[in-house]
Amino acid sequence: MLAVRDLTICVGPAAKAVDIVSAVTFSIDKGEVLGLVGESGSGKSLTSLAIMGLLPTPGPRVRAGRIELDGSDVTALQPWQRVEAGAGRLAMIFQEPMTSLNPVLRIGDQIEEAVRVHDGTSGRLARERVRELLDMVRIPDAAVQLAAFPHQLSGGMRQRVMIAIALACRPQVLIADEPTTALDVTIQVQILGLLRELCDRLDMAMLFITHDLGVIAQLVDRVAVMYGGRVVEAADVGELFGAPSHHYTRALMDCMPAPSRQRRLRPIPGQAPRPGTITAGCVFAPRCVAARDVCREALPPQIRISERHEALCAFPLGSGRSP
Amino acid sequence: MWSYALKRGGATAVTLVAASVVIFAFIHLVPGDPIYILLGDTATPDQIDALRRQLGLDQPIIVQYLRWAGHALSGDLGRSIFFQAPVLSVIADGVETSTLLASMTMIWVLLIGVPIGTIAAMRHGSWLDQCLSGAAMLMASVPTFWVGLYLILVFAAWLGWLPSSGYPSIFEGGIANLRYLILPSLTLAAPNAALILRLTRASMLDVSREDYVRTARAKGIRPWQVVRRHILRNALLTIVSAFGFTFAALLSEAVVTETVFALPGIGRLVVQSILRRDYPVIQGVILVVVVLYLAINLVVDLSYRLLDPRVELQ
Ligand SMILES: Nc1ncnc2c1ncn2[C@@H]1O[C@H](COP(=O)(O)OP(=O)(O)OP(=O)(O)O)[C@@H](O)[C@H]1O
Ligand code: SF4
Ligand SMILES: [Mg+2]
Repeated sequence: MLAVRDLTICVGPAAKAVDIVSAVTFSIDKGEVLGLVGESGSGKSLTSLAIMGLLPTPGPRVRAGRIELDGSDVTALQPWQRVEAGAGRLAMIFQEPMTSLNPVLRIGDQIEEAVRVHDGTSGRLARERVRELLDMVRIPDAAVQLAAFPHQLSGGMRQRVMIAIALACRPQVLIADEPTTALDVTIQVQILGLLRELCDRLDMAMLFITHDLGVIAQLVDRVAVMYGGRVVEAADVGELFGAPSHHYTRALMDCMPAPSRQRRLRPIPGQAPRPGTITAGCVFAPRCVAARDVCREALPPQIRISERHEALCAFPLGSGRSP
Repeated sequence: MWSYALKRGGATAVTLVAASVVIFAFIHLVPGDPIYILLGDTATPDQIDALRRQLGLDQPIIVQYLRWAGHALSGDLGRSIFFQAPVLSVIADGVETSTLLASMTMIWVLLIGVPIGTIAAMRHGSWLDQCLSGAAMLMASVPTFWVGLYLILVFAAWLGWLPSSGYPSIFEGGIANLRYLILPSLTLAAPNAALILRLTRASMLDVSREDYVRTARAKGIRPWQVVRRHILRNALLTIVSAFGFTFAALLSEAVVTETVFALPGIGRLVVQSILRRDYPVIQGVILVVVVLYLAINLVVDLSYRLLDPRVELQ
């Protein structure tokens, strides 16, 4: 339903632009929850903003690739142009609930604004829909909250309002960019539960972005691992955790704390590459324990491990190909 | 809102009392005794004492202040030493001229600065933005008397559309007399509109980088609605505070323009009164300016409060 093909995003003046997201390819089926994991700076937010048509101008721009929604190309379109064109619907919630709501407008008006655009209603009908949305995201005391301003709400409540605004767009795919990173642990659990429940109830797909593998394990159906601006491995969640193929995924799991694991955590040696610094070969080569000369010379092949499992690695783990 | 207005009003009244003390005291610290100026070198000590008593200048200073403040409250600002007439009638023309001039100027500033600043921000980086920002830079740096003379040359001398000097009161000549203020207000507006233009552009650009503007775009509302409901609405918070400031400055800083257009404004009146050591007139004018200044600040504060729900009284 949502298909991203070879999405490449560059920054800088045309003459010396560097790619900070390269050939990202994945798709999400109806009702599916895809997790996008990766370290800070791996390009997750830029990828999701590009999909939404929300890259800031001037700034990073899509240099190549396609974003398709229900088969139609929406690559160059901003959200309002997609509404005009009657294209498929996406919505997004962000990492920072504290700054994502307009401080001078009432909560109710901010939700209603989205309802008006996407339902074409106004007045009483729109207000009824706003109430319904508040119920869906479990905001109690609707009358009071609708008249409140953002600064009067807690972070968790604001994120619920953001979800309500997103749902007002009646999205087929909801993009959630680290929606719980800024929240307390208990609130995190509530918001994650709410998101999963909404996906199931509304048959809504979700692109869930995080750098927390623990959250991924509980929440998503499928995982794409990003590193240095590329998707290096994609698989169904069980298979990825059971048998990771890319050396980066493996290393990422080794530094994930788990109660069952007695071993000491092993942080990945070295640092994530600055965007645009690695132009040839495997982006993970400088930190990879299995790296060989060929890895540094040519971009590794996209290897199909199983029907729904791919890795961008010349010597994937457990494949019998000896590194 | 109402309790906020009441509290702000109370604070304003306290400030006014403090300001009146300063105004009163300051004038008494200025060197130069008006008695000598009035009577000349040849006056006898008896004549001097008599006039001093007549003007109340022989009383203790606190009594002088209370008397002055009490009279001021009832509209009696004393008598001008130079004109031998009530201060109120001496400064009335000046206050009318200056208030109308400042108001008209602010209208131009608003009509020019905010929309053009908005356009420049929305097209920022384009040639249009560069032209507009360049023009603003020019307007801000050209001296006012030069703009004034140029406007007189074109609109008064060549085209003959507008009068170039003087201002007969609208209470005598009717509302049409406002045309006398068009050229002077445009002159004053030029640098101030340029400043508001640049401020509008800068704060719109700041706001457009905010997360909530991205949220607004994500909703799929049109770019113009994003600008109007989200960006401009928040940028106004900065612009409104600059507005009060500009208006207050206009009241007293229009001396050059008043001179170029031979307007009976308070700027010139103060300068002349200082040269004449006409204490009561100076006090009267400054008091009126302070009252207007505080009133404008009160209005700005209240509208700020209406625009920004986060503001609470400390
Ligand atoms: N406007 C910009 N101009 C130049 N470089 C940018 C810009 N925005 C982001 N980048 C760079 O692109 C890279 C990817 O950024 P992105 O925000 O997508 O990372 P992320 O995976 O979302 O990280 P995080 O987990 O910290 O949110 C970063 O290295 C960042 O420095
Ligand atoms: S391609 Fe080579 S360097 Fe890259 S992850 Fe695979 S083995 Fe490591
Ligand atoms: Mg991010």
